[in-house]
Amino acid sequence: MKEILTIAKRELRAYFDSLMAYILIVLFLGFSGFFTWIYGSDIFFIKQASLEVFFNIAFWTLFFFIPALTMRLLSEENRAGTLELLLTKPVTDWQVIAGKFTAALALITITLALTFPYFITVSSLGNIDTGAVFSGYLALILISAMYISIGIFASSITNNQIVAYLTALTIGIFFQVIFQMLASAFPGTLGNIFDYLSVYSHYDSMIRGVIDSRDLVYFLSVTFLALVSAETMLLKKRYV
Amino acid sequence: MDIVIEGMTKTYGIQKAVDDISFKVKTGEVLGFLGPNGAGKTTTMKAITSFLIPDKGKIFIGNIPVLENPLEAKKHIGYLPENNPLYEDMPVIDYLRFCAEIENVPKDKIDDKIRSVIKTCGITKEKHKKIGELSKGYKQRVGLAQALIHDPEILILDEPTTGLDPNQIVEIRELIRNVGKEKTVILSSHILAEVEATCDRILIINKGKIVADGTVEDLRKQAQGSEILKVTVEDGDINDIFTALQSLDTVETVDFIDKSTQTFEVKSKTGQSSRKAVFKLCVEKGWTLTQLSFVETRLEDVFRELTVNN
Repeated sequence: MKEILTIAKRELRAYFDSLMAYILIVLFLGFSGFFTWIYGSDIFFIKQASLEVFFNIAFWTLFFFIPALTMRLLSEENRAGTLELLLTKPVTDWQVIAGKFTAALALITITLALTFPYFITVSSLGNIDTGAVFSGYLALILISAMYISIGIFASSITNNQIVAYLTALTIGIFFQVIFQMLASAFPGTLGNIFDYLSVYSHYDSMIRGVIDSRDLVYFLSVTFLALVSAETMLLKKRYV
Repeated sequence: MDIVIEGMTKTYGIQKAVDDISFKVKTGEVLGFLGPNGAGKTTTMKAITSFLIPDKGKIFIGNIPVLENPLEAKKHIGYLPENNPLYEDMPVIDYLRFCAEIENVPKDKIDDKIRSVIKTCGITKEKHKKIGELSKGYKQRVGLAQALIHDPEILILDEPTTGLDPNQIVEIRELIRNVGKEKTVILSSHILAEVEATCDRILIINKGKIVADGTVEDLRKQAQGSEILKVTVEDGDINDIFTALQSLDTVETVDFIDKSTQTFEVKSKTGQSSRKAVFKLCVEKGWTLTQLSFVETRLEDVFRELTVNN
């Protein structure tokens, strides 16, 4: 556990030292702020004291930003050779993966925490459903965890950051959109399976304030599966 | 702690990088690992540090089997990989702190440890600079510092002096000599003088197999079948001297080294010495003998002989 935190701390510092963290925070707040408060069917338009509009925008902003955050985590270390040095320290492959995952998730959590004023503003405008806000944020964090782990997996299969970014987006787009489309195209059991695989169906119920164990299991198992795949890729390098 | 490798084989595709090698490094020994490029030095070192998993064979660090218990084995190893990869955007001192934490150095000792390796490696002035801003020689010292941070009993150094200037090479060698007094060190190189200057024992590896194992002296003796003398004779005609030397019973071949100073290389027949005969010859003919010395087989010759012929 201590090793995971040590690695996470270093990665988090690297995010802030390389300005990556600031760019992410500014862009995320800029995008979500603009579309939540100023442009289009914004938060005033729906005449309800709810953060649903913000959640729907964050749902997409995170989808595009997270791969940018995770693309260098393993690919860059592998290219520069520092991965060799890290893996010959007394840590397991899993601890390295988990450390990097924790750092990225911490950065996303910090970013999301900075939107807390949105909640204060909206709750001063009307009677807000605090439970729905809580489960909405939880949904965003779970989605982030899932896309971070997919991003780490994508980063583990290549030495090239751009390839890692695009691979993560390609895998992500299935969960984000394609499974949803397939679900409506196929009837019956097959449709249900695709519906279960789609992020949107789980996310949708959560931003309305319903926390179902089925949704938690979904997010956590995809996250875990992607992280284990990344670990397997690291192990594979040792057998070359 | 000693290192034992038994019957290790590692194949990349169809090419055998390391072919069934076995050796032992005793505690406190500095072992020089020599071989041409692609001989399998790096592969062996990576296997000892458990970064690569060999196809066959066993590796022990003390009593710890590396393949079964890599986590425990890694605690005792300090490793400087080839090309010295470091986190370039981190300041030296932060990087060393990270290494100390990950090596499980107790919290209250971290500061002392960092201070001591910074001093040993001579990077006091550079400690607040970013690693990426350092020159190659200083980066190499940071690489050594991170390998030493947890005071490991075993040091694995893969080409620790590549790309350094001659002064830096001497300093790094001295450093390795110093830390090598208490530690078991394996150091790879293809600079022979370096191995000669720093190592107690030399292992020459070629095409994945060990072709020589012993001290510098052993290897020299092994390669030096016959005596080679350097002879300079003043006065007399150079061709006369040549024929006279050639006609001695014990001499096998004579070569010119420098015609202007009349210096020859005289190779004796195996197991025989020509020193007396050469001296007597000069006295007889009234020539002035100004040099009569042994030519030591250089390590380069041993190396070439072992790795080219095979």
